[in-house]
Amino acid sequence: MRLFHNADVLIALILVVAMVFIGLVNPAFWQMANLFSLLKANVVIGLMALGVLLVMISGGIDVSFPAFAVAGMYIVVRGMVEFEYDGVVIPFLFATVIGALLGLVNAGIIHKFNMIPLIVTLGTASVVRGLVLGGIGTSNVNINQMPDALIAFGRTDVLTLERANGTTFGLTAMILVYIAAALVIHLLLTRTMIGRSVYAYGADAEAAKRVGFNTGRTMIFVYCTAGALAGFAGLLHSSMIWLANPRDFVGLELDVIAAVVLGGASIFGGRGSVLGTVMGVFILVMIQNSLILMGIDTTWQRVVVGGMLIVAVAITALRDRRALV
Amino acid sequence: MASPPLIELRGISKRFGGVRALDDVSMSLAPAEIHCLAGENGSGKSTLIKVISGVYQPDGGEILIDGEVVDKLDPAASIARGVQVIYQDLSLFPTLTVVENLFLNTYLRERRRGVDWGRGRKMAKEVLERLDVSLDLDASVETLSAAGRQIVAIARAVLADARLIIMDEPTTALTGREVARMFRIVRDLQAQGIAILFVSHKMREMLEISERLTVFRNGSKVAEGPIAEFDERKITRAMTGRDLNTGRFAAPEVSPGTTPRLELRGVGIGKDVRDISLQILPGEVVGLSGRIGAGRTALAKAIFGLGQEVTGDILVDGKPYRPASVTEAIDAGIAYVPEDRLSEGLFLSRSIQDNAISAALDGYAPRLWIDRKRARDETRAMFDDMQISAPGPEVPVSTLSGGNQQRVVIGRWLMTDARVLILNGPTVGVDVGSKEQIHSIIHGLTRDKGLAVIMISDDLPELAANCNRVLAMADGRLTGELTGDALTEDALETALSAETEGEPA
Repeated sequence: MRLFHNADVLIALILVVAMVFIGLVNPAFWQMANLFSLLKANVVIGLMALGVLLVMISGGIDVSFPAFAVAGMYIVVRGMVEFEYDGVVIPFLFATVIGALLGLVNAGIIHKFNMIPLIVTLGTASVVRGLVLGGIGTSNVNINQMPDALIAFGRTDVLTLERANGTTFGLTAMILVYIAAALVIHLLLTRTMIGRSVYAYGADAEAAKRVGFNTGRTMIFVYCTAGALAGFAGLLHSSMIWLANPRDFVGLELDVIAAVVLGGASIFGGRGSVLGTVMGVFILVMIQNSLILMGIDTTWQRVVVGGMLIVAVAITALRDRRALV
Repeated sequence: MASPPLIELRGISKRFGGVRALDDVSMSLAPAEIHCLAGENGSGKSTLIKVISGVYQPDGGEILIDGEVVDKLDPAASIARGVQVIYQDLSLFPTLTVVENLFLNTYLRERRRGVDWGRGRKMAKEVLERLDVSLDLDASVETLSAAGRQIVAIARAVLADARLIIMDEPTTALTGREVARMFRIVRDLQAQGIAILFVSHKMREMLEISERLTVFRNGSKVAEGPIAEFDERKITRAMTGRDLNTGRFAAPEVSPGTTPRLELRGVGIGKDVRDISLQILPGEVVGLSGRIGAGRTALAKAIFGLGQEVTGDILVDGKPYRPASVTEAIDAGIAYVPEDRLSEGLFLSRSIQDNAISAALDGYAPRLWIDRKRARDETRAMFDDMQISAPGPEVPVSTLSGGNQQRVVIGRWLMTDARVLILNGPTVGVDVGSKEQIHSIIHGLTRDKGLAVIMISDDLPELAANCNRVLAMADGRLTGELTGDALTEDALETALSAETEGEPA
């Protein structure tokens, strides 16, 4: 029984069962090409989920990250087009910094006025989306205008395989970026005091103050990191699909939050792990992917994702309440 | 005395607005002394703790630590000099493990950036060995018992190089056996040179553990001395400024043969409670003792219509009764005063009157609207009956003291024509003076209205003094009954420790 106290083990089990089941229903699932595309679909959602994980461990909820991702992506791509700049490192740096600064706004409001993160991030999300559309523009930056270096970066593969008919398919190198980010967040969360302060704050914010944590700093760490990851993921997304759409990521907050909750993070705070979140993202993407493979209409996917979120929240809520007794 | 006192307060005063929270208070604490601080709510105990821990700066007077005057004592300075406070809520992190709860404090003090889990684990192990207790280091704190959490809080204070540990009402959530274990730990700490300042209002404990006692009333020190100079009567008198009637409740004549107000026949609730049979006659006060988790609260809630999977028969005034909801229970004349009146029993921001009529709202609103006049008149009557001290029934309940809030909760039920009153921890967090009045009100009700009362309490003296008989409960079963002359505190203590024997603490 002790094993099941560890949420990660349980999630891994669910993951394996789901994979076996989906593979039985649809053997095409196990084809390398499908697995590669599955992994590719993990990257952007996964990066955002790492940010949301931080917020949820701290006991908050963030719905502003899709807006921040749009801001990071669209401002940078439009800027690159405007100044005819072609490169990779500086644009990504910019997108990350834009996200982090917007996160700082979240942190400031939440900490200073002691406000509910859900409401604050709802507000900042709306403001940021409005500012991007009103201030920067509303038109898509299409593939023919997209900076070449970004497209080339997004197309990099880490591994290329050949099909029987001679065509090739590859595993995107962006998966390495995702793995690296996950590793960094994991180390920050488990091996540093600032990381542990996030858990402490989520477990009991008042107690965290009393033992001497600088909780303002914790909030800045949480929301800036979440914003930075969103900004970075936004630009990465556009370089992977060769398109910058200022109305992108609508409704993505639900998918990402569902993935993080599936990964065992508690909506009450104080609980959650990077490994669990990575698995949660994989489960969510895999189920969406197999719904597509089975030819189920995309509108029904929303029903499935919403249902999964509710079930996952119900299970974690039940677990957390049981633990309280 | 050869060595200077660990902490000495000279003429400390602290006021908040026009209220004198502390008025020219002097006291001293010797190294490795177990000192008890007693006083009713609002007597200045908490303010004093906050002055010693540096949270409040006094308006006048000086604080000496190790014989030196400390100019400005802020929390960091206080901690640096070895003062650790364990608040009533313990300030632990429930979702984190024991290990982490223990080392976080120390790492923070050392201003570390990284977390060395190996060293943290070693520290945790060592400190628990030092306290001679064993705990699962990897269990999350929320899964521990109240006693376990208390130990984690103490261990954390010890790890922070405490020389003085201040414990605010440390025994509230503990059972007798657990209290004994904690006292053993406290004495161990003393042997290691750590002073303890206990804040408590339980006489028995003060007399058992402390070496010196200081009593506060209205912001002033009213008594101080070695514990040998005190007895319960003297402490109570110092705390309240008057003598209390501590005599035992004379059980009203209960004529056999009357139909029981409440009868349970083989009642079980899920897996928690099994095979409970009992009868309570009109006018009877029946106590229910047992440790936390014995099923007392589950049983009370089931009678109040909050139980699931209830089996067996319940009869009220001889009529079969099977409540599916609280509304049905109230209609049948059952009233329940929960353990935690703040979260379960009261609408804090609403007035006394709104709270008072809330349990019988339908009665006051026969049509769509509330009969204001009737509500006001009956609330006024209850207000007077219960001797609530407040400016009037229209003030919000949040402005009342614990004792007065409890009177509102109890009084509210009397307005529903309750026939069976279940009190869960009727005087938890209520000070001595108020406690006595609440007891006498309860007794008045049983006498005048033939109310049957079930009193659930961890406070053995309370049970012994106020019940006709006391039933002991363990593991969801009734394990014994004490009545008449056999009903004494000592007998209760024995019954309780017998039934918890052999259980893991």
